[in-house]
Amino acid sequence: MSNAKDVTDASFDADVLKSDKPVIVDFWAEWCGPCRMLTPILDDIAAEHAGKVEVVKLNVDDNPATAAQYGITSIPAVYVFKDGKVAATSIGAKPKQVIEKEFAEFLG
Amino acid sequence: MSTDTTTSVRDVIIVGSGPAGYTAAVYTARANLKPLLIASSVQAGGELMNTTDVENYPGFPEGIMGPDLMDTFQKQAERFGTEILFEDVTELELDGPIKKVTIGTGETFTAKSVIISTGSAYRELGLEDEKRLAGRGISWCATCDGFFFKDQDIAVVGGGDSAMEEALFLTKFAKSVTVVHRRDSLRASKIMQDRALNHEKIKFQWNSAVTGIDGTDKVTALRLTDTVDGTESVLPVTGVFVAIGNDPRVDLVKGKLDLTAEGTIAVDGRSSRTSVAGVFAAGDVIDPTYRQAITASGSGCVAAIDVEHYLASLEDAELPVAEPATV
Repeated sequence: MSNAKDVTDASFDADVLKSDKPVIVDFWAEWCGPCRMLTPILDDIAAEHAGKVEVVKLNVDDNPATAAQYGITSIPAVYVFKDGKVAATSIGAKPKQVIEKEFAEFLG
Repeated sequence: MSTDTTTSVRDVIIVGSGPAGYTAAVYTARANLKPLLIASSVQAGGELMNTTDVENYPGFPEGIMGPDLMDTFQKQAERFGTEILFEDVTELELDGPIKKVTIGTGETFTAKSVIISTGSAYRELGLEDEKRLAGRGISWCATCDGFFFKDQDIAVVGGGDSAMEEALFLTKFAKSVTVVHRRDSLRASKIMQDRALNHEKIKFQWNSAVTGIDGTDKVTALRLTDTVDGTESVLPVTGVFVAIGNDPRVDLVKGKLDLTAEGTIAVDGRSSRTSVAGVFAAGDVIDPTYRQAITASGSGCVAAIDVEHYLASLEDAELPVAEPATV
């Protein structure tokens, strides 16, 4: 089970776009095998970089509007939002070291 | 910098966690070799993790879901004491009697033998726009991404079993699925061909090569070139699933092990022995032809037994020479 907070279509604005910290959003679904592989990796990143960045997840089945708004067509899709805008993206399940490198500027 | 975290030299390390790797683990664990299996962090379970129904793996008369099958493999390997690490191997040092395996965290493990069962990776179309639009309409995994193409017109590129499986799966979501294939007949097995050819939502675009992908933020169309007369056409689709085959995953062993002309790791005859003593290979990474879960499994078994024989031969060599008996 993931420790990341669930965000929804309804809470996306407040939890992600208006956050004062960069937010890593994990777009996922129950039926997505690679998403399950990525969950513990994002949990680790959240724990190791708490304070710098927040990690949340959005279930694309339950929250289609947000997924559609950002044009998600592949999951897992991991987007970093900063100041209300998409600052970086990473598509697909990737090893922790790779994601840390891709998102290095937000992890400090 | 890698740090050596090994307390002792292991008997065997298995790299990869598909049917070949897990079967090798079951066999070597039952032989009391205490295998360490390095499964990968995000691709553990291998290719079957991205499939749905597996109907041709013996022992499951009703079929089984790919991820469920791999879960049983893992449990069976663990039952006999296989140690599994969900990390990625970044470097292999294969020369000499002690092999070194380094993982993404920098940790290094050593063993007398190594089994390489790294499988294969999806082949890409090799088009400029492919990387740019990956995750924006281009996908290699129907079970992961089919959901996003509800009531849309999409394409599957390829003519083999995996292409037919993707096309059939995608009919659950899509308005239409067009199979784009370079030839005028399919490579897929008869049963998969029949299912696809008879499906009302599946159309076929024969003798067509994908030569371009249109779309700025999202795929809007494929550009096709007729492989017979060279005419060009445009197929408007919002999603493209690429299933044109796989290439053996040999990056870790390039320049260290001999490869075949097909790019697979070369092995000695029907064995799993590679060009380096103590290094064995199994599964899709040595198999340009059959590439089934069951053949990979069988190949993993071969590697495990080859490792047993190899370790036994090392022990024989270490035994002190017996004094000739005097009477």
